[in-house]
Amino acid sequence: MTEFLQLTVYGIVLGSVISLGAIGLSLVYGILRFPHFAHGDLITLGAYLALVVVTALNAPVLVALPVGVAGTAAVAVAIDQVLYRRLRRVAPVILLIASVGVALILRSLIQIIWGPSNQVYEQGIQFPWRIMGVGIKPDHLIIVGGAAVLVVALHLFLQKTKTGKAMRAMSDNADLAQVTGIKVNNVIIWTWIIGGGLAAAAGIFLAMDTRLHPVMGWRLLLPVFAAAILGGIGRPYGAILGGLIIGLAQEYSTTVINPSYKPAVAFAIMVAMLVVRPTGLFAGKKA
Amino acid sequence: MALLNVEQIRGGYGDVDILHGVSMTVDAGEIVVIIGPNGAGKSTAMKAVFGLVTVREGRIRYKDAPITNLRPDQVVRAGVCYVPQEHNVFPSLTVEENLEMGAFIRNDDYSKEMRTVYELFPALYEKRKQPAGALSGGQRQMVAMGRAMMLDPALILLDEPTAGLAPGIVDQMFENIKKINSLGVSILMVEQNAQQALALAHRGYVLTTGRNRHSDTGPNLLADRDVREMFLGG
Repeated sequence: MTEFLQLTVYGIVLGSVISLGAIGLSLVYGILRFPHFAHGDLITLGAYLALVVVTALNAPVLVALPVGVAGTAAVAVAIDQVLYRRLRRVAPVILLIASVGVALILRSLIQIIWGPSNQVYEQGIQFPWRIMGVGIKPDHLIIVGGAAVLVVALHLFLQKTKTGKAMRAMSDNADLAQVTGIKVNNVIIWTWIIGGGLAAAAGIFLAMDTRLHPVMGWRLLLPVFAAAILGGIGRPYGAILGGLIIGLAQEYSTTVINPSYKPAVAFAIMVAMLVVRPTGLFAGKKA
Repeated sequence: MALLNVEQIRGGYGDVDILHGVSMTVDAGEIVVIIGPNGAGKSTAMKAVFGLVTVREGRIRYKDAPITNLRPDQVVRAGVCYVPQEHNVFPSLTVEENLEMGAFIRNDDYSKEMRTVYELFPALYEKRKQPAGALSGGQRQMVAMGRAMMLDPALILLDEPTAGLAPGIVDQMFENIKKINSLGVSILMVEQNAQQALALAHRGYVLTTGRNRHSDTGPNLLADRDVREMFLGG
C-alpha cells in the first residue's frame, strides 16, 4: 500500500510536468494544425535559461522560473515569426519536418552553450517528509502546486479573456475566425507565448525533480505526445488529464517492469488509444 | 450612390478564373439575391467581395471606397460582414461567446447589438450559455447571422443561408432575413431556393458560367420565362 501511494506521489509529480508540456503541444496543434516536434527542446531551453539566473544571481529556482518562462516564450515566438510563419501556406507535414530541424538546432545550441553533462539547480539532498511512510519532498509540492496554478491561470485566460476566446474560436475554425475579423497572427503569437512558457515551466519543474541535461526535453517528448493524443490532440483540457494518466501509468509500471521501460509504457498507451479511440478522450481534432 | 458596387470583375482561386466579368450593385436597404445553376460562380462572386478570391480585373467599391482584394479582416473593418455557407459557428464556444467573437474588432460597448440579436432570435437568449455546436441547424444559422449583426453592419453577405435546413425552418430563415433587413441592413445573398428568395428580394442577379445573365427586380425575374425554365421548373 505504501509503495502504491509512493508511486502515486511520483506519478502525480511526473504527470504535472508532462501535462504542462502536453497543453502547449495541444494548443499549438489546435491553432496551427501541426505536431510541434521541437516542443521537447523548448522544455530543455526553459530549464537552462532558469539555470543561468540561478547561477548568476545565486537566486532560488522559483525566482528564476519567471525568467525561464519569459525567455522561452520569446524564443518560441521568434522561431514562429521567423520560420514557421513563412511555411503556413504549405502542407502541415512541411511544418512538422521544419520543427524537427528546429529541435536539432535548439538541442545542439544548448549543448554548445551549457555542455553535455548533468547539472543541478541546487547541490545537496532534500530530505523528504514522511507521511504515513510515504516520502514527499518540498519540491514535489512546489511542482504540483505550480502546475496547478498555471493550469488555473490558463483556464481563466481561455474562458474569460477576449484573446483566450479568440484562441478557442480559431482552434474551432480558423477560416471562420479570419472572416470574423479576428487578428489571426496575434492569436498565433499568444499561442506560442503560452505554449513556450508552459514548456519552460515543465522543464524547470523536471530539472528540480531530477537534473538538467541537453536531452531531458527530447526524452520527455514521447510521453508528452502520448498525453496530448490521449486527451484528444488540440484539446488543452484533455492534455492535462492525459498527462496525469501517463505520469501515473509510467510510475505504476515500475512495479512489474524495469523502470528503463517507462517511456515504452507511454508509447503503448498512445498506440492503444489510437487503435481504440483515435480522437482521444476529449474528441480531438482531425488532421 | 450604391452601397456596394461590383464592376466587371474577373478572377478565381489560384490561376483559374471562375468569374469572367460579373457586375452587381446593392443599394442601402436592399435585399439582393444571386441565383444561378451549380458552378455559375455565385458563391465565388460573393467571396470576391470579401477578399477570399483573387480579383484580377475590375473593381469593387463599398461606400465609394475601393475594397478590391482587401484581406477579409480589412473588409470586416470597412463594415461588411459575411456568413459562410457551412461551418459558420464556433462549435465549442457558447452562443454568447460566438456573438462576442462577432464583435472582436470592437473595443467599445456592444451590449446594445447583443440585445438586438437576442430580440431578433429569442431562442438564442435561452441557449446563450450552451455550446453552439449543440444547437439545431436552424439555430446555428441564427447564431451565424447574429454574429454578423454584432458590428451593426450596413451590409451582410449570406452564402446559402437555407442550405441543409428542413423546409419548415427554411421559411423561418427567410423571415429572419426580412427582419434583419427591416432594421436597415442591406443583404446580398446567394440562394438555391430561388423561388422563395426572389419573392423576398428587391432585386436579383442570374449568373451562368461566371457571367451576368439577367438582372431585374425580384417579381420580374420570377415572371421571366427563361428564368422560370432554368430554375423554377417551368
